[in-house]
Amino acid sequence: MYRVSRRNLLKISGAGAVAASTGGLAGILATRSAPAYAQQRTVHWLRWNDFVPASDQLLRQTLLPEAEKALGIKVNFETVNGNDLQPRITAGIQSGAGPDLIMLFNNHPHLYKASLTDISDVAEAAGKEQSGFYDISKGNCSSDGKWMAMPFGIIGAMLAYRKSWFDEVGHTTFPTTWEQYRDAGKKLKAMGRPIGQTMGHSFGDPPTFSYPYLWSYGGKEVEEDGKTVAVNSKETVESVKFMVDFWKEAHDEGGLAWDDSSNNRAFLSGTICSTLNGASIYIESTRKPAQYQTDKGTPMKDDILHAPLPAGPAGQFGFHTFQSHVLPSYSQNKDATKAFLGWLHTASNYEKWFTSQRGFSTAVTASWEKHPMWGEDPVMAPFAVAGRLGRIPGYPGPTGQKAAEVLSKYIITDMYAKAIQGMPAEEAVKWCENELVKVYQV
Amino acid sequence: MATTTEAATGTPRTRTRLLEDERWLAFFLLMPTIVLLALFIAYPFMKGILLSVTNTRVGVPGEFVGLAIFEKVWNDGIFREAAWNTIYYTAVTTVFKLALGLWLALLLNRHFRGKAFIRAFILLPFIIPTVLSTFAWKWMFDPTFSVLNWLLREIGVIDQRINWLGDPDLAMGCIIAVNVWRGVPFFAITLLAGLQTISPELHEAAAIDGANARQRFLYVTWPLLLPVTMVVVLFSVIQTFADFQLVYVLTEGGPANATHLFATYAYQIGVRTGLLSEGAAISLAMFPVLFLVVIFQLLYIRRVETR
Repeated sequence: MYRVSRRNLLKISGAGAVAASTGGLAGILATRSAPAYAQQRTVHWLRWNDFVPASDQLLRQTLLPEAEKALGIKVNFETVNGNDLQPRITAGIQSGAGPDLIMLFNNHPHLYKASLTDISDVAEAAGKEQSGFYDISKGNCSSDGKWMAMPFGIIGAMLAYRKSWFDEVGHTTFPTTWEQYRDAGKKLKAMGRPIGQTMGHSFGDPPTFSYPYLWSYGGKEVEEDGKTVAVNSKETVESVKFMVDFWKEAHDEGGLAWDDSSNNRAFLSGTICSTLNGASIYIESTRKPAQYQTDKGTPMKDDILHAPLPAGPAGQFGFHTFQSHVLPSYSQNKDATKAFLGWLHTASNYEKWFTSQRGFSTAVTASWEKHPMWGEDPVMAPFAVAGRLGRIPGYPGPTGQKAAEVLSKYIITDMYAKAIQGMPAEEAVKWCENELVKVYQV
Repeated sequence: MATTTEAATGTPRTRTRLLEDERWLAFFLLMPTIVLLALFIAYPFMKGILLSVTNTRVGVPGEFVGLAIFEKVWNDGIFREAAWNTIYYTAVTTVFKLALGLWLALLLNRHFRGKAFIRAFILLPFIIPTVLSTFAWKWMFDPTFSVLNWLLREIGVIDQRINWLGDPDLAMGCIIAVNVWRGVPFFAITLLAGLQTISPELHEAAAIDGANARQRFLYVTWPLLLPVTMVVVLFSVIQTFADFQLVYVLTEGGPANATHLFATYAYQIGVRTGLLSEGAAISLAMFPVLFLVVIFQLLYIRRVETR
């Protein structure tokens, strides 16, 4: 048997190292740079587990191999639960090592602004090619005229509802005001088909409900100056009081403990009549029509429609979950990552991902509103213009780090959750005001 | 070559001589532990203190601000709620774990068929990784698909779903129940080990003197078991006070912060929101409380031992 002695191993590995460094050690020292072969051309890309699994599959099987071939790079694609993206970027920035490209939600890029690479060149090129970015893309991803994040997709939040059930209680057209919605919900809950709304600590559905709801009553967290906390108003108190009764009368009370996938499961199993969601419920029901059926044995997909959140005294509002990608400054592969981002956002490549989403996520630039995909399914059509509608957290104040902190702490959602749990409305609003003052007036 | 030989023969001799000195030997033997403690305990601890006296945010090195962050945290309503939750959670779970663990230990100390098997089986909740078992519990408490609700409904106890994790009091009850479920085996097995060190002769002597079962427990078993009990309680209090994964998986501190503990709130603020200094200050708030508990218990154990 051949034994590898320590001496032999040293000899072999030493020879290997010498052979590998073609220019020799002297060459490396003279140029003061590592030899080219040692520079990584690998891009580590971190995203969430997409609610449309077909898109992750497309990336893994088709798009990324194409990118690798076209750019001569390697892409390590990793997916995690959406709620774990923030911990990952925090860990990366603090330790100075981590993924090169990280997906973030909503206005979160503002929280990490100081540690992100300016990617204005890539963003502006894509914007120019595709009829310009929507305002919400700019608000979430740019600051002081520079792009710190690359907008990627807008998950339109609409109410998915069971058409036949609303018909049964006399609402043949979907409610357009909160009073009408409450009336329908009350009747449906009495039949064991409550409204389902997530009101827990999760990145998507809780804030996309609580923020527009507050705005629709004329409530706001801060004035336009971005300093004067303005939540403690007659309008906010009114909205909280209405919510408490609305919740008891019309909602599935388990919603306080739901995360972003709980309402999908509840809707698809036929226990709720309506819920604010991306289009993932409908898309899932079309993928498996035999599995998801109504109580009458027909495919549930034919009984689902989408509608925007109803209007309050101050109007109708929306807040759509926004996806972007950031390139942290610690990355050793900035050029490769930028090249990859540019490649991904070229219209012909982006289109493949865009169509795989089937409308769950709409694009961040205006030209995609006219894409033929929107004509394929009328149920999905309302999502086409999600990018034009909707406001950014902090409204009417400026978007930025403070508003991102408020969102990240779930302060607005918790104000409603606390009142639902029994705290008097005025007290819940006061609590919220105190929390907001701590954020805005430091 | 000559130099090599010299060095080769010279070094071990010096080393052996050094190791013959007990002080150096002790130093060398302690070295690995000291390095590990310094790296994984002392360094993060010091780093935490440094962070908490600055206003560092993620990616933005802060400036020294003294105790301002602690003041901010102290005035934070959610922090106070988390502090109260942690104390309540630790106190209630410890009482239950001790009572049930002791009861189980006394039962397991008897002779019955399949004793070895049962003893091993009892440890299961403690052996399964907490995240896994907590996920199973999470499904059992699911707002819509809870198997517990289904069971209770099938046997006719309830006609409406119980909102296990959505109601603040019930959610706290749930995390307490899961913690007790997970912690009882540790108490039971450690107390069982303690019970087995008590000589049966003492019990026999007490029985001959006319002591009944209750008296034998109160005046023989309990005093002899006390030092072990105190150590187990000490460990458990430290672990429960700093608990994270169970609450994180089950409720994420919700609904509306009703089940936040120090650790989960520190994570929410420090790691999620990126306010590193505040996160560090919240974590450090645990320190004085735990420090007092440890001092008190260690002094008590020493008193019991030297009695």
